[in-house]
Amino acid sequence: MSAWVTGIGLFLIVGIAWFFWGPKGSGTKAEMTASGYQVQTVKVKGAYSPDTVIVQAGKPVRLEFIREDRSPCSEMVIFNDFQKSVTLPYGEKTVVELLPQKPGTYPFTCQMGMYKGKLVVKE
Amino acid sequence: MDTQKMSHASSCHGQGSTHPMHHHAASHDHGEEGRMAAATMAKKKDDPAETSPEEEEYHSLMRKWWFAFAISIPTILVSYPNFIPGIRDILPAGSSLLWWSRVIVGLLNLVVLAYSGNQFFIGFWEGLKHRQANMHTLIAIGVSAAWIYSGVALLWPDLFPSKEMSEIYYDVTSVVTALVVLGLAMEIRARGRSSEAIKKLIGLQPKTAKVIRSGQEVEIPIEEITVGDVIIVRPGEKIALDGIVLEGSSSVDESMLTGESLPVQKEPGQEVFGGTLNKTGSFKFKVTKEQGETALANIVEMVKQAQASRIPVQKVVDQVSSIFTPTVIILAILGYILWYNFGPEPSAMYALIVAVTTLIIACPCALGMATPMSLTTGIGKGAENGILIRSGEALQVAKELNTVVLDKTGTITEGKPSLTDVVPTGGLSRNEILRIAASIEQGSEHPLAGAIVEGAKKEGISLAEVTDFNAIPGHGVEGIIDGKRVVFGNIRLLQEEGIPYEHLQELALRLSDEGKTPMFLAVQGEMVGIVAVADTVKEDSKEAIQQMKKMGLEVVMITGDNERTAQAIAKQVGIDRVFANVLPQDKAHHVHQLQSEGKKVAMVGDGINDAPALTQADVGIAIGTGTDVAIEASDITLMRGSLTGVVLAIQISRATMKNVYQNLFGAFIYNTIGIPIALGLLYPLFGILLSPLIAAAAMAFSSVTVISNANRLRKFKPKKI
Ligand SMILES: [Cu+2]
Repeated sequence: MSAWVTGIGLFLIVGIAWFFWGPKGSGTKAEMTASGYQVQTVKVKGAYSPDTVIVQAGKPVRLEFIREDRSPCSEMVIFNDFQKSVTLPYGEKTVVELLPQKPGTYPFTCQMGMYKGKLVVKE
Repeated sequence: MDTQKMSHASSCHGQGSTHPMHHHAASHDHGEEGRMAAATMAKKKDDPAETSPEEEEYHSLMRKWWFAFAISIPTILVSYPNFIPGIRDILPAGSSLLWWSRVIVGLLNLVVLAYSGNQFFIGFWEGLKHRQANMHTLIAIGVSAAWIYSGVALLWPDLFPSKEMSEIYYDVTSVVTALVVLGLAMEIRARGRSSEAIKKLIGLQPKTAKVIRSGQEVEIPIEEITVGDVIIVRPGEKIALDGIVLEGSSSVDESMLTGESLPVQKEPGQEVFGGTLNKTGSFKFKVTKEQGETALANIVEMVKQAQASRIPVQKVVDQVSSIFTPTVIILAILGYILWYNFGPEPSAMYALIVAVTTLIIACPCALGMATPMSLTTGIGKGAENGILIRSGEALQVAKELNTVVLDKTGTITEGKPSLTDVVPTGGLSRNEILRIAASIEQGSEHPLAGAIVEGAKKEGISLAEVTDFNAIPGHGVEGIIDGKRVVFGNIRLLQEEGIPYEHLQELALRLSDEGKTPMFLAVQGEMVGIVAVADTVKEDSKEAIQQMKKMGLEVVMITGDNERTAQAIAKQVGIDRVFANVLPQDKAHHVHQLQSEGKKVAMVGDGINDAPALTQADVGIAIGTGTDVAIEASDITLMRGSLTGVVLAIQISRATMKNVYQNLFGAFIYNTIGIPIALGLLYPLFGILLSPLIAAAAMAFSSVTVISNANRLRKFKPKKI
């Protein structure tokens, strides 16, 4: 019995570590519009979906946030590297425009750092 | 498809008030696309009269709390019937009545989970989909583990090796849910309060204004007013938008923007600002900025941005919290395994308590709130006092300052020279000298000229006509008055003209030592007098500098003036270190020099020519009434012209950062102490094991501590040192 509990427990621990910290999917590529903008809709509901947005460097990015979550954690999105913070009114589309120049990974979070997403900028 | 519907819906009901801030935020974007975005954003409603999502969320959480609270009463009764006299007799141990009431309570607790605790599960599930863990993850696992365990114990008690292990833990489910939900509700309340400063600012702008349209005075909503409209303001009314006074005059209370309590006199040609209060007279003004573009709207947007910004110390917190939750889950499982294998009987029960308690006590709500709560409050506090702190980072750096560099002109002094001395040195009278000097300076653009002309006007001297006027850059002016050739300027001009001046050198030096700028007047090649002007020191500069020194700051003055004048002013206000003869473009260099001496430097200037130095400094503090250039180049903007604002800004920074560290310490200490205790580290030594209920109460308490500590900051009052 105790071997069972120990075994299942250890298996769970490994599973959890892999699940949260293991390699993750590559993310969603933003769509390129005719006007030269890279557009991606991001749903805010318990988390950002998608939470990883892939864009090209040097081209303007437009993220359209839609907040479907009443919890106060979701009321704002912060792009620290771009010195930008935007209030997201409930149930509405809010546009955030960015111009990432250098390739790299730029995280965005809610003001409490509980919801996490990242903008992956590629060459 | 969904997206389109959504944006359509929002533009349909967006008729209400146009929100100034969103509009402004969008206006930073350029080009067609940007303007389109601006249009979408401007349609957002944000009417304070309507219930906001936060308000709704608060009420919904309170309903959830009452429900969970109501259910926890019968839950506790049936969980511990033996300890409650009266219940002990009605529900005796082992009776089928007790068993059935426990089943009913179990079902009621399922309703508690589904209703009061639904946000935990939604958050848990949404997080899982993204392979992220958050505070909801911990609570959702904790309360559902307790509920499932209880159900199994109730339905299949034989599965457990001993009877004691088949205990129920429904009380954990409902009480923990109730406490956490209440904590969340209180958090919303506290946050609403901490951004009060912004609400106050937004509330300043009136909703309508009286505008002249085709000769008629009509009252219309301010979103329909455009640039160029003429607005009438009567005594006691609020000024709706920014503009320039056309006719009439009045005194205006601008304290809401500048923190300056004295009303400001407004005459035709002067600027008025939306949100300020007209006191005495009536006037008309032409609108120069639409709603959303006004100084007030800029301030609101800046304060909001700053409140949401992060301070460097938060980066550490972020890193910690991203690995925190999965680590806690792993620790909880480890705890379960160890207690199950090595714990005292009933070991399965102890193991469960340990795991659930660990999950609940580790909830990082307090940690997440620690810095944002203090920042919001501190930056709001600044805004109330006419101090615009542009980022959280500025606050953190401002706390570490040890050197303050003050620009002389416009910062220590009024920045507007005035006439101080008229000294006859030849045959002419004092008034005659002033008349000639003022007359020749009428056409000059030089700021010193204005001071002399104004001085003459004040004394009621009428000016003469000037012909053949010529300004000699860097020297002075020349011209013909009453048929006589007049030159007026500095010593270099006299040298060039070959006019003897040596006998006046001592007098000129004395004036310089007093911080005055002497100018020489010669008629027909002969010295007739000296006219001196000086930039007067602001009333409270000396006291503010004194306070800075007492705060342990080294105060340095920087100026383009000559050494003598600079030293004179420095002596007046009590500054020991002076950089004189500094060209505007070299100011940044001097700031850099101080930095290379290992100093954390704040540069205080009036913005326009100080911009590079403001940027170079660790903290750039712009002084003035919020001109765009000043705000853009600075980290902190003082809406009021006084240097006491610098003292106050540093005091607020120090108080806020102290508050941040207190909060972080509180939250960290609580987790670092709470988790080992929950895991049972104290059990072998002292027999202490936390109950999940106490863990939940402690967690709620830690959030309350952080909130109330941040609220203490709201009561912060500037200290006189
Ligand atoms: Cu939260």
